[in-house]
Amino acid sequence: MQKQSFFQSPLLPFLLIAPQVTIVLVFFYWPAIQAVWQSFLLQDAFGLSTTFVGFENYVHLLHEPGYFDAIVRTFAFSAMIALLSLSIALLLAVMADKPMRAGGIYRTLLIWPYAVAPAVAGVLWIFMLHPSLGVLARGLRALGIDWNPLLNGDHAAILVIAAATWKQISYNFLFFLAGLQSIPRSIIEAAAIDGAGPTRRFWTVVFPLLSPTVFFLIVVNIVYAFFDTFGIIDATTGGGPSKATETLVYKVYLDGLLGGNLGSSAAQSVILMVIVIALTAIQFRYVERKVTY
Amino acid sequence: MANVTLRDVRKTYAGGVEAIKGISLEVGDGQFCVLVGPSGCGKSTLLRMIAGLETITGGEIDIGERVVNNIEPADRDIAMVFQNYALYPHMSVYNNMAYGLRNRGMPKAAIDKRVRDAAQTLEIGALLDRKPRQLSGGQRQRVAMGRAIVRQPKVFLFDEPLSNLDAKLRIAMRVEIRKLQRRLRTTSVYVTHDQLEAMTLADILVVMNGGVVEQIGKPIEIYRRPETTFVASFIGAPPMNLLSLGSPSIGGVSGLPAAAGVVGVRPEDLSFGGSGAPSGGLALDLQVEAVERIGAETFVYGHHANAGEILVRVPGEAAPPIGEAVTAVAPRAKLHVFTGDGRRRIDI
Repeated sequence: MQKQSFFQSPLLPFLLIAPQVTIVLVFFYWPAIQAVWQSFLLQDAFGLSTTFVGFENYVHLLHEPGYFDAIVRTFAFSAMIALLSLSIALLLAVMADKPMRAGGIYRTLLIWPYAVAPAVAGVLWIFMLHPSLGVLARGLRALGIDWNPLLNGDHAAILVIAAATWKQISYNFLFFLAGLQSIPRSIIEAAAIDGAGPTRRFWTVVFPLLSPTVFFLIVVNIVYAFFDTFGIIDATTGGGPSKATETLVYKVYLDGLLGGNLGSSAAQSVILMVIVIALTAIQFRYVERKVTY
Repeated sequence: MANVTLRDVRKTYAGGVEAIKGISLEVGDGQFCVLVGPSGCGKSTLLRMIAGLETITGGEIDIGERVVNNIEPADRDIAMVFQNYALYPHMSVYNNMAYGLRNRGMPKAAIDKRVRDAAQTLEIGALLDRKPRQLSGGQRQRVAMGRAIVRQPKVFLFDEPLSNLDAKLRIAMRVEIRKLQRRLRTTSVYVTHDQLEAMTLADILVVMNGGVVEQIGKPIEIYRRPETTFVASFIGAPPMNLLSLGSPSIGGVSGLPAAAGVVGVRPEDLSFGGSGAPSGGLALDLQVEAVERIGAETFVYGHHANAGEILVRVPGEAAPPIGEAVTAVAPRAKLHVFTGDGRRRIDI
């Protein structure tokens, strides 16, 4: 049977999708186009005059060593956060999937951190790891580690990665648990009869069947690490010490809003936009099509 | 090659529900045992206990003279065919069959030979590179069988393997499973709710109901001499007519023992036999309500004033017209007499 609608007036279908299109145009395309336009402009220090400078903002940016550092740092943070939160979440999901007493409570508790706002998560972690107030910091000092995320860049990075990972585990856990529960029980039983022990069963049967979930989550986690860590960074380190936790998104904020360099900030936004478009394209073209069994 | 022996096997779930209430059973080497019963009777649970997928609450299960109660499924030397086939969706047909052998560390060349031999036996040689989702239901069924036979286990376990196939394919696969089992001579336990499958496949038929065994025997023996009214109505299609012997007396059967409470007669043993009951036999005055002609035979549904609906199965197409009053008769030798509660057969 053919399912196709016919309209009396050729205008009606356009009218029907107009509200949706308007929202998309006003809230997505207009700001994006504004950003692209801004990235070609240069303002004087007092904001009195604006000149069109073409790609000058981009050229400056790419010659700025700090920007390259921020790119490397952002990718490193993303990789660490994605790897840690995915592996911890998978481990927890596999354990929570087993039939056990009070399993429902355990699963609910694991999902809760997702409801915590990024900035609040950041504050919680700074409370634990603050050099003079933190509970964990005391322990680390007792172990002989001179723990100080306010002065030591590596420690600050660890703090941000830990907070961001903790926050993302719940989300990943939820997807992994759903993925595990959708694997038919009989397949696992068949593998058990086929002589595969629990570990071998996991790597040869369960994990391959979870691979679509894993790839989806990798993309989601990288995007998360790029953008949603802003709140955590702002609440904990403010990009410091000496830019040790300054990611691309945080640099956009610092340069544009605090530094007043709107042109450079806009150019950075455009580069970020390109990265996200690329990631999304990878997800749709590669992941959705090829990661099936 | 192995016997499977169950000694007073019990299963009680954590909630206190008793699924298996003490079952003893002996399946000889190379025999084909079919567990049959309505859904929820515990037959699948019992099979999964033999496989090691369910713990055993009480009693013992032996496979090949070895108590397997506390042995992992992998080490029981069994292979199982699941109702939904449970093929590994991300592996090719070849790898599906080779997986169990690889896990046991068999050399590559030997695995290859076993898989190719099994594929040839099951006529799936051309499908070895495909993934399960590229196969039809019947082909998946064959791959599931292949995965079981490459292992050359002591025992095959089948959990309703044909119930997802269409009627025609089911009959073809049924015959094939039987031929394969005869050839391999591997002890098999097969679960089904289909009494026709049960009758045609079994060397030993186990009729289960509510977690207990109602009767164990050769299929044709069970058909001829059902021990309870449950077995009488479950084995044989269409099911046996069961008449309560109350007052007023039904059918004129005389000389029954005092304990007799139910008389059963199979539809195929009734006939429209002219005048009067054979001596000591059964005669039922019926009003014909419906007639089903299926070619080789005809089912006549008649209404009896006291006993309700009675089904008569007659060969050919000849049948009385609807609404006619007829008498259906059966000789005394064809009657099955049970106690009033239906739990015991009485010989007459």
